[in-house]
Amino acid sequence: MLDACDGAVMTDTENLLEVRDLKVHFPLPKTNPFASAPKVHAVDGVSFDTKRGTTFGLVGESGSGKTTTALAIMRLAPITDGSIRLNGEEICLLAGEPLRQQRRHMQIIFQDPYSSLNPRLRAGEIVRAPLDQLDVGDEKIRDDRVAELFRLVGLRPEQQALFPHQFSGGQRQRVGIARALATQPDLIVCDEPVSALDVAIQAQILNLLRRLQEEFGLTYLFISHDLGVVQHMCDDIAVMYLGQVIEHADRLSLFGRPLHPYTNALLSAVPSADPALRDRADRIRVSGDPPSPIDLPPGCRFASRCPFAEDRCRAEEPRLRLIAEGHQVRCHLVTDDGSPPPHLAA
Amino acid sequence: MTALLEVNGLSVEFDLKDGTVSRVINDLNFSLTAGQTLGIVGESGCGKSMTALAIMGLVPMPPGRVADGVIALAGEDLLGASESRRREVRGNDVSMIFQEPMTSLNPVYTIGDQIGETVRLHQGLSRRDARERAVDMLRAVSIPAPEKRVDEYPHQLSGGMRQRVMIAMALACQPQVLIADEPTTALDVTVQAQIFDLLKELQEQTSSAIILITHDMGAIAEMAQRVVVMYAGRKVEEALVDEMLTNPKHPYTRGLIACVPHLEAKPSEERKVLTEIPGVVPSVAELGRGGCPFAPRCAEAMDRCHDEMPPEIIAAHDHKVACWMHVMAP
Amino acid sequence: MMISDKPARPDKQVAIQVERPWLEAWNMFKKNRAAVAGLIILSSIIMISLLGPLAFPADPFAGAGPLLSPPGERGFLLGTDQQGRDILVGLLYGSQSTLMVGAAAAAITITIGILVGALAGYYRGWVEEVLLRITEFFQVLPPLLLAMVVVLLFSPSIVTISLAIGIVSWTSTARLVRAEFLRIRELDFVKAERAIGSRNARIIWTIILPNAAPPLIVSAALSVGVAILFEAGLAFLQLSDPNVMSWGYLISVNRPQILEAWWPVTFPGLAIFITVLSVSLIGDGLNDAFNPKLRQR
Ligand SMILES: Nc1ncnc2c1ncn2[C@@H]1O[C@H](COP(=O)(O)OP(=O)(O)OP(=O)(O)O)[C@@H](O)[C@H]1O
Ligand SMILES: Nc1ncnc2c1ncn2[C@@H]1O[C@H](COP(=O)(O)OP(=O)(O)OP(=O)(O)O)[C@@H](O)[C@H]1O
Ligand code: SF4
Ligand SMILES: [Mg+2]
Ligand SMILES: [Mg+2]
Repeated sequence: MLDACDGAVMTDTENLLEVRDLKVHFPLPKTNPFASAPKVHAVDGVSFDTKRGTTFGLVGESGSGKTTTALAIMRLAPITDGSIRLNGEEICLLAGEPLRQQRRHMQIIFQDPYSSLNPRLRAGEIVRAPLDQLDVGDEKIRDDRVAELFRLVGLRPEQQALFPHQFSGGQRQRVGIARALATQPDLIVCDEPVSALDVAIQAQILNLLRRLQEEFGLTYLFISHDLGVVQHMCDDIAVMYLGQVIEHADRLSLFGRPLHPYTNALLSAVPSADPALRDRADRIRVSGDPPSPIDLPPGCRFASRCPFAEDRCRAEEPRLRLIAEGHQVRCHLVTDDGSPPPHLAA
Repeated sequence: MTALLEVNGLSVEFDLKDGTVSRVINDLNFSLTAGQTLGIVGESGCGKSMTALAIMGLVPMPPGRVADGVIALAGEDLLGASESRRREVRGNDVSMIFQEPMTSLNPVYTIGDQIGETVRLHQGLSRRDARERAVDMLRAVSIPAPEKRVDEYPHQLSGGMRQRVMIAMALACQPQVLIADEPTTALDVTVQAQIFDLLKELQEQTSSAIILITHDMGAIAEMAQRVVVMYAGRKVEEALVDEMLTNPKHPYTRGLIACVPHLEAKPSEERKVLTEIPGVVPSVAELGRGGCPFAPRCAEAMDRCHDEMPPEIIAAHDHKVACWMHVMAP
Repeated sequence: MMISDKPARPDKQVAIQVERPWLEAWNMFKKNRAAVAGLIILSSIIMISLLGPLAFPADPFAGAGPLLSPPGERGFLLGTDQQGRDILVGLLYGSQSTLMVGAAAAAITITIGILVGALAGYYRGWVEEVLLRITEFFQVLPPLLLAMVVVLLFSPSIVTISLAIGIVSWTSTARLVRAEFLRIRELDFVKAERAIGSRNARIIWTIILPNAAPPLIVSAALSVGVAILFEAGLAFLQLSDPNVMSWGYLISVNRPQILEAWWPVTFPGLAIFITVLSVSLIGDGLNDAFNPKLRQR
């Protein structure tokens, strides 16, 4: 069941991160002693590459496995199968001290600015912790680095002495960003970094992330369910549904020529302030909720909600196919030369 | 068309622990006609939910109280009405969908019981009729297999289904006004689209008025005809939706529209830096020092803005704004 | 409690300023009046227990007057018990051992409870399985019986009694700690700790444990009370050090006469009640003191 299409599986030095056929299955308690234990297929065969200095976006509905993918890459979730290469080095099998040292190169920013900072530590200590834990520099260097990080993310030096609850949501997110930057990592995983923030504050944080990327050549794995934000931030995007990538393309192709029915549904569902977009005739609606990630349907995972589904869709699982330079889709009805399902094109 | 709901000069105050009083809503005016949807937008803490609670008569008192103003439903003054009359109005004529779909359903009763309870209370239906009604309502909000679902408990439903149940409960007594306080914040876009379609459809059938509270201008554009922008407990701008989106006058509204990366059908290669509204919403304690509440964050602020509260003026046809910029150069 | 947006003072030094954290904690503690009252009461009890026997040199076991003399009569402020012993003297002499057993047993309870609960809740998997089985084993054994066995194996003394009480009562603390660890280990800031390469020992002891402190402090205060009562129970079964007076001993020897004479049981009981209450008030204050959310800048 190797779904990655062959064309893309090539090790390339300009890729910082290469994920191959990643699987994370969570076993559930057995309900029947004779049956095998049911499991949640949270991530079920995800592959992608991320070029150095770019932003790779993961979008999808709640429960599609975005966070689990991110945590697996950070080695914070148990990996069932697959390969993850960072800087060409396989990190799936690392453990103990080598893994700890590898953490210098990858960091994460969380969604919830309230639970991601230890309420009992001061902001300065929080930002300094990665330097202490990974033995970066001496005391003086660490002090200077913390001060510089505070300046970089737009906080004032005396705010180092404050506790997390004394900051607003946006300021807390800045502290989280400073912590992630501390060890000068190559990869920063941003798991919905602005979803919990007010719109006006979102813009501040998004601009900050882009500025830092330019300044330090950072590579982001950027997770969001807000397509507007993804369009603004990401260079390459993978759309996830029930643990799988169902469409993967660069920014211009994905938004300019979405092929998968689910991607189209997602894009049409976004309420828009632009009347032209709002009154588009080809907006498609899906009904119902995704099926359970425990008992997966045999065919296409989207078939139960897909307005175009045919008998074949319900019987046979579509492969992720490369249909144009850098554009992969997992749908039977998309033709090899990259025409969308006929109903969609009409 | 006469107004169905009128809110005039509404002010809500809270007694704080340190003995001071904070005005979380200040001199708010708007009105709403039958079949219309009014959007209320603004940042967190600007008083959107509190406005809804004031209309429902559910401001927690103490420490809060409606300090001033008139709320009239079809000409009847609600603030002066007796508590029993208010209870009657609540649920019967005005009902509300709350912000958190997960916590506003009672986990120990079936959803049928919870919908049935509302109609039994307000319309005196029998137990059997109430159940019938609950099934009908579930069908109306397009929940599949309503006869089966009616006996399920809230935890057996997905977030989207729970929000539909909330809508079914709110609509069970066919209210004239439905207040939806961020009804889709916790939901996925595809489910949000379903809920919005549902609300529009039900509104067409019953011609009830809807107040939609949100921080998403896109949702407003999609759903509402009229929009009120609130900042720090005050209305800063009010207009028809298309006018507001194409021709925003208040610097805060302009910021709100510009700071969001809007989804474009044909994105271009280059990406602009997003417009920022600097700073954060002032805390309640910092309010009421005279001057425009937005002045500390406003790029256009003049001396006068810091000292005097801008009056609300009519800037264009059916377009009101409270900003000194437009008083000086109309 | 947002910080105001006044401009940064450029001369401000940039090093992390943890300004005398103990002083800050004490200031916070002081704000809780009930806790300060508890502290005063407990210190008084400790002072009395240290100074009392010096001020009233007497043999607490010796009969001093008529049997069951009511309080206030014949010069016995708190009356005498069924052997004519002065209750006041008994209370004074009994306080030392009672407090010591309470503190030592609570310390043992909390230590074992934290160790087992933290490791089970943090490591999960087989570590948790094994520790949970052990916990269950200790839970199903009747505690009094187990304590009797421990005390009888060695001879009854303050040390063995404290140990026995600690060994039988750590399970609820362990369950509490495990539940808190299970909750807190899933929070993002713990994931962040792992992401920055913190070692397990740091995460367990300096990151999760302090965040589990509030219910733990309350439980510690309660276990002091439980230990004092347990000691009384053992004394009732003649399983206390026969040469050491304690409040529990006073209650247990006088319980049969409670209908004829309320005072020999009530005063030691009241002493236990006040001690336990003051300890829990202090626990509450400690919780405030170490909770930064309540701290002002
Ligand atoms: N520790 C776990 N044990 C069992 N199931 C889990 C666990 N963590 C996640 N899951 C399940 O895995 C699936 C994917 O979850 P994940 O959090 O990755 O989704 P997501 O795409 O990040 O969603 P959201 O947008 O809600 O954050 C979900 O069905 C979730 O219930
Ligand atoms: N019990 C209370 N005591 C004092 N102030 C209160 C109380 N409840 C609410 N407030 C204040 O009332 C103001 C308005 O709150 P409200 O919940 O209406 O905001 P909102 O616009 O709905 O925000 P959100 O988008 O976060 O839901 C806030 O500044 C809040 O701090
Ligand atoms: S494969 Fe079939 S069901 Fe799946 S998305 Fe394509 S058309 Fe829809
Ligand atoms: Mg997630
Ligand atoms: Mg609200």
